[in-house]
Amino acid sequence: MADSPLWVIWPGNAALSALVWFLIAMPFLYAARKPVHELLRAVGHLAGGPLRQGSRWLLAAAHDMRERNKAVLLAHGREDAEQQIAREFERVATLVKRDLEGYPALQRRLLDEVTKVEEDYKKCGEVPPPPPDWIEAVGAISKVKSNGNELVVRVLEEINRSIKTIHDKTLAEYRRAYESRHKILDGFMPFWRSLDKTLTQADRKMTSLADRAASIDSQMERFEQIVKKTDRAEHMLTVSALTQFFVASLVLAIATGGALINFKLIALPMSEMVGAGDYLTASLRTSEVAALVIIFVEAAMGLFLMETLRITHLFPKIHGLPERMRVRMMWIAFVLLVALAGIEAALALMRDMLISDKQALLQSLAAAQAAAVQDGWLTRIPTIGQMLLGFILPFALAFVAIPLESWVTSARTVGGAALVMLVRALAVVLRVTGTIVRQLARVLVTLYDILIVVPLLVERLVKNGRGEGAGSAVVKPARVNLGVGERS
Amino acid sequence: MKRRAFVLSLPLLGVAWGCADSRNHAHAVYMLVDTSGTYAEEIGKAQQIVNYLLGTLQPGDSLAVARVKSRSFSEKDIVAKATFDSRPSQANTQKRAFKQQVEAFTTTARGSVYTDITGGLIQGAMFLNETGAGRKTILIFSDMQEELDKATMRDFPIDLKDIRVVAVNVVKLKTDNVDPRRYMGRLEDWQKRVVNAGAREWRVINDIEHLDAMLKS
Repeated sequence: MADSPLWVIWPGNAALSALVWFLIAMPFLYAARKPVHELLRAVGHLAGGPLRQGSRWLLAAAHDMRERNKAVLLAHGREDAEQQIAREFERVATLVKRDLEGYPALQRRLLDEVTKVEEDYKKCGEVPPPPPDWIEAVGAISKVKSNGNELVVRVLEEINRSIKTIHDKTLAEYRRAYESRHKILDGFMPFWRSLDKTLTQADRKMTSLADRAASIDSQMERFEQIVKKTDRAEHMLTVSALTQFFVASLVLAIATGGALINFKLIALPMSEMVGAGDYLTASLRTSEVAALVIIFVEAAMGLFLMETLRITHLFPKIHGLPERMRVRMMWIAFVLLVALAGIEAALALMRDMLISDKQALLQSLAAAQAAAVQDGWLTRIPTIGQMLLGFILPFALAFVAIPLESWVTSARTVGGAALVMLVRALAVVLRVTGTIVRQLARVLVTLYDILIVVPLLVERLVKNGRGEGAGSAVVKPARVNLGVGERS
Repeated sequence: MKRRAFVLSLPLLGVAWGCADSRNHAHAVYMLVDTSGTYAEEIGKAQQIVNYLLGTLQPGDSLAVARVKSRSFSEKDIVAKATFDSRPSQANTQKRAFKQQVEAFTTTARGSVYTDITGGLIQGAMFLNETGAGRKTILIFSDMQEELDKATMRDFPIDLKDIRVVAVNVVKLKTDNVDPRRYMGRLEDWQKRVVNAGAREWRVINDIEHLDAMLKS
């Protein structure tokens, strides 16, 4: 009894007590129906309105961001396309300068060779002298009948002998003539080959030029698309930026692994230089920070080297430097990089020595018999390997500038696109929440009417009764919200 | 323009300098080695612990080994002490020399009549506070049975503030075997005394293997 709450009328029967309280409260709830409905609707509007407004604002912001991203992307793409087209034209210019400047000489050589071939051809056309004219006379004499006349026979025999001699002579002369023509024709071959080679070379150069022209056409088409700010160009550039971003991230992750190995190589020996007892933070030693600084300086030198070599374009000021200054800066960066690589190699050697010393100390402290150390070249391989690694890694790190540039440029596009997606998603969430809140207010209004359904029915009956009593009076039923939402 | 950039960069340098951790991360260990009575036979184990400490302590850390005898509140009882150089190579050289000093001590150590642990603790606390190390530990290699002559006064409060006291290899005496409560009571008394002296922690480690985790913590 003493444990029962105050509102419980019948101890041990809370449900009945609650029912009685509800019945008592029902008239008051009925009386407060209109204000409660208005309150619920107002709360729904109060919560839902700002959410919808916020959603609209976010969508507008997302649209603005998208437009800005598009402008930046197209500007980058345009710049990139311009550079590529300029590079293609440079290559074409180089090709033209290299190949076409030799064309007058080539043409002269071709003309010489053609002239030579023509001359030889003419020589081939020179026929040997015809047989003598008296052959016809001899033919007529040979038709003379000898009839056993000794003189005639002798003359004919003499003629026959002379003709044979002349025939042999003429035949030999013809053979000589044909032999010399064959020789001339043989001499044609090198000229033909040379002509063929020269023409093939010319053809190859022209094909290369045509390829470049096709490439320029493709680049120009892309450039036109970008200038026209088409959706296709935007999509193409976004996809390209996304690919670049992932590839650059992968390469940077690999480079980070290399940097960590580099750090491991020089952290311990750095404690020999700056001391092992100083700490910058609770767990970060000064020697470790010094090692990191060296690695970062190497990366920075690599960045400057790549920048001065005009491989990357991260610092416009470096590109704006006079040519002489740029070359000087390049050499300074290179020399510093070499010096740092040398320092790293020395530190790697020191690391090996320190580890060996520590190992020897621990062995002596453990009172264990020290293993016989072989002082052969095999034992020096790890040392040499560490030194080589220490020397090579700074140069490898220098190339990080290239993926870094790609990462930085593509991160703007990828980050911008991700931000737009995020803002849009947030806008959708706000809009859905706003709608849910407003619908919830309507559901609560309906639920309220369900709770006070008995007085509402009574009200309807009373109104119907009055309506019947009034005769012709139009009966307007009470609005009972039983699962049907009211329009606000 | 350059001047302004330089002036603007000064506060940044100050902030960077202020970021440096000013706390001392060095670890100082003072090891008391009991050489009284039958406990002197355990000195080989003490040598092992010292070797272990030499292998564990880092450049910049400090280590001292002192003996416990009839009256131990004296610098003369410090067998070897060193604050290792911050350069690892030099620290290794110091550790080798330290090991040799302790080896020489273990071969020549003689047992004492009485055991003045309290005097050794006071001496150890003074040494550790002088080092200014961030972590301070006193290792007591003893059976923790203090025996003083009549003239030696040690029944006064001592100061072991911020020092961790670890009793190592607390062997049981014959009388402890008869009544183990004596052993427990002895350790409880020491714990009470050390804690009342403001020590950061009191621990008993009988297995040297557990020393590693304690020193790293």
